[in-house]
Amino acid sequence: MNKIWQSSGLFAVVIVLLAAPYMGLPVHWQSLLYVVFFWVTLATSWNMLSGYSGYFSFGHGAFFGVGMYGMATLATKAEWPVVPAALGSGLLAAVLALAVGAVVFNARKIRGESFALITMAVGFVLATVIVNTPIDGGPGVYLMSVSLPQWGPKPASTFYYASLVLTILCVAVAWWLFHARAGLGLLAIHDDEDVAQVNGVPTFWLKMGAFALSSFFAGVMGAIHALYVSYVTVGETFNITVPLTVVLMSVLGGSRHWAGPMLGGILITFLLNAFTAGESALVGKVIIGLVLAGAVLVMPRGILGTWQLRQHKRLMQKNQDAEFLHASVESVPSQELERPLTRPADSMNRQKVLQVRGLSKQFAGIRALNQVDLDLYQGEILGLLGPNGSGKSTFINVVTGHYKPTEGTVLLQGQSCAGWPAHRIRRQGLSRTYQIPRPFHGLTVLQNVILAAHYGGTRLSDAQAKQEALEWMRFTGLHDKGDYFPDELNLHQRKFLELARALAARPQVLLLDEVLSGLTPFEIIAAVQTIRRIRDRGTSIVFVEHVMSAVLALSDRLVVLNQGEVIAEGSPEDVMSREEVVRAYLGDEAAV
Amino acid sequence: MPSAGLLLQALASGVFLGALYGLIGLGVGLGWGLLRQINLSHFAWVFLSAYITYELKTRLGVDPLISLLFLIPLFGLLGMAVQALLARFAITPFNSLLVTFGITVSVEALLQWIWSADFRRMASFYDEHKFRLGSVVVTYSEALTMGMALLAVGLAWWMLHRTDMGKSVRASAEDPAIATAFGIHAKRLAIWVAGFCAALAACAGVCVALTFTLAPSQIFSWVGVVFAVVMVGRLGSALTPLIGGLVIGISESMTMALIAPTWAPLVAFTVLILILLLRRGDE
Repeated sequence: MNKIWQSSGLFAVVIVLLAAPYMGLPVHWQSLLYVVFFWVTLATSWNMLSGYSGYFSFGHGAFFGVGMYGMATLATKAEWPVVPAALGSGLLAAVLALAVGAVVFNARKIRGESFALITMAVGFVLATVIVNTPIDGGPGVYLMSVSLPQWGPKPASTFYYASLVLTILCVAVAWWLFHARAGLGLLAIHDDEDVAQVNGVPTFWLKMGAFALSSFFAGVMGAIHALYVSYVTVGETFNITVPLTVVLMSVLGGSRHWAGPMLGGILITFLLNAFTAGESALVGKVIIGLVLAGAVLVMPRGILGTWQLRQHKRLMQKNQDAEFLHASVESVPSQELERPLTRPADSMNRQKVLQVRGLSKQFAGIRALNQVDLDLYQGEILGLLGPNGSGKSTFINVVTGHYKPTEGTVLLQGQSCAGWPAHRIRRQGLSRTYQIPRPFHGLTVLQNVILAAHYGGTRLSDAQAKQEALEWMRFTGLHDKGDYFPDELNLHQRKFLELARALAARPQVLLLDEVLSGLTPFEIIAAVQTIRRIRDRGTSIVFVEHVMSAVLALSDRLVVLNQGEVIAEGSPEDVMSREEVVRAYLGDEAAV
Repeated sequence: MPSAGLLLQALASGVFLGALYGLIGLGVGLGWGLLRQINLSHFAWVFLSAYITYELKTRLGVDPLISLLFLIPLFGLLGMAVQALLARFAITPFNSLLVTFGITVSVEALLQWIWSADFRRMASFYDEHKFRLGSVVVTYSEALTMGMALLAVGLAWWMLHRTDMGKSVRASAEDPAIATAFGIHAKRLAIWVAGFCAALAACAGVCVALTFTLAPSQIFSWVGVVFAVVMVGRLGSALTPLIGGLVIGISESMTMALIAPTWAPLVAFTVLILILLLRRGDE
């Protein structure tokens, strides 16, 4: 119901804005609204990459500037009509963004402040190049001679309509992106890029796409603005005002929401407009500066972010009251830690789902893995043991694609995937969990699992992905926690969220990294049963664990690592009694 | 190709320009590395100090070095007061940038209100008198800037590495939680660091007033270059901003001498981009 009101309200606003010039909207109001649309487009387009994915760009002015000079060049020297020239300018900006992105996003360390500074520097470099080449050459470029179409009742309406249409398109794209699978991926990148990749998100291409879209809209807006001011100079185009104002508007409105930049843009433009000329303009500037400082301090999430948080807290309060009323006794798992009666038959006859040969990983000077061979059979639970520092975590990180192996092969369902990026390995059917849960803190539990389902091996519709997510949340007992944020769960639940996320991709192989550590004995029993049920559904499991009772109860076979090498492999009873295993765990004297 | 003498002169002016970059960069870098704040208002303080120096000199004839004596404690207190206010809020590095941007915009408007948007140039003894160093001509302003930069860097290094307070500050920057567990009062230290940075801004302001034309809008034209200087070095380090300043100052002035003045900005930002791209950490 709420949604219908929202969208019909927006629709009404759009109709009114489209009709306004014909209803006698005064020209100065059209100009003011042009400024509003200008900033809303720039801020909203900036938000597509920076707000959603957290890669804060200070270079939005550069792409805006490419648009301005694109128009200045295409419409005067090349004499293109204005509409193709505007689109061409936008494409130029997008191409520049892809070029910058191809360099910057390939350097792993470039995040946060570094990204902000690099993008800022791009603007300055561009300005220097333009002022020193025939594109401008110094004196600026006049666009008076460009012939403009007349849209609407008055000459000034042309800019009103051009900017309005662009704003509508831009906000619509931002809305679509926010609600699409891609937007969820970008938000996940914001929270934890490595984990996003491990969950199947093709992070590089998502960032490239968002960067190109974002710059395209900035470029087209720049092209329109070049005609609006009809005189383009480097000093006015590539200064720090555009990038900083855009950031300010988005952050004030709420950069993790599609409508945040729009809200911030409207507020600040009207605030600026309230103080127009002379001394009062300066007073206005002082006030705006202070409002910005104060707003960021008091509402670091922005207006919409703060509002969402309050809504969420209210919902949580309601849930708690409801839980208190219907307090139920938690059901006690009936089964104890005992071996299942039916142990898988001779594993040698079955198909290998994961086949690792000669896997090595060298860190500067340290050989963390040395020639590791490991097979995992269909429907098997393989316990991977070893003292701390023996290479278990490195093994998981290499097999899942977080690290590139130094040498060796990994066959996943017959497909060689050593050295693949993590998201491709995930899609090939291999999931992992983290020992210390690493949920996406800014997404709800449901969104966390939906993301995993969306970016799993098969392409799902939104409804299917949600269905899938709900199924695995029910499986892990999180079905009534969908609206919670991960930080509101306890450790046991967060570990189960890891599981639900891993399972939502429907993996053939699941790597569990110490899922039981830190749990109470009671919780361990429940978790062990869950793991067994996962296997019963056909997933093969590599199980890294220190809780020995659980290892012995669950594992069909054990592999023991020590100092990066496999030192034993076989059935649990056999392996645990071997001398070298005891020695690796307890030291030399114990083995005597 | 310019003559050797001209090149030497360009090199020297690069060195002195670099010293000023280093002096401003020191304040920004210390705040960034030690307080996790990207402090744009540092530039506002620099210009506020420069304008006060200008006003005192042109109205009352106060020597800039005398102004410096009371500007240092004044700005120190200002920096401490702002930090005391900021410390009441949990603030991410990125949001600190926005907050201090707000402060800077306000200060810029304030400067424009008092001194108008016109360009102003302070005439002083130090800028009119020169001495020769071999074949290179050096103004007293340049020599003063260099001296102040060296002094500030030396003082910052000594405090960070030789005093208990400096060591606590470094510990706190590395791991605030652990440092607090060892009894370090991080909030109080942060106020002192902020005061020190603002006092550095006061010094830099006097240097700017001595050698540069002032206009409120010029505040932001320093931001890019100084960020580049800071990133060339290591955040929170006492020595590297000066080195970064010299690298960029010299390469800028050589570009001006060898190619054209308008190409100079390209150097600083190309250096910045290359450094950020090439400095990859371990996997």
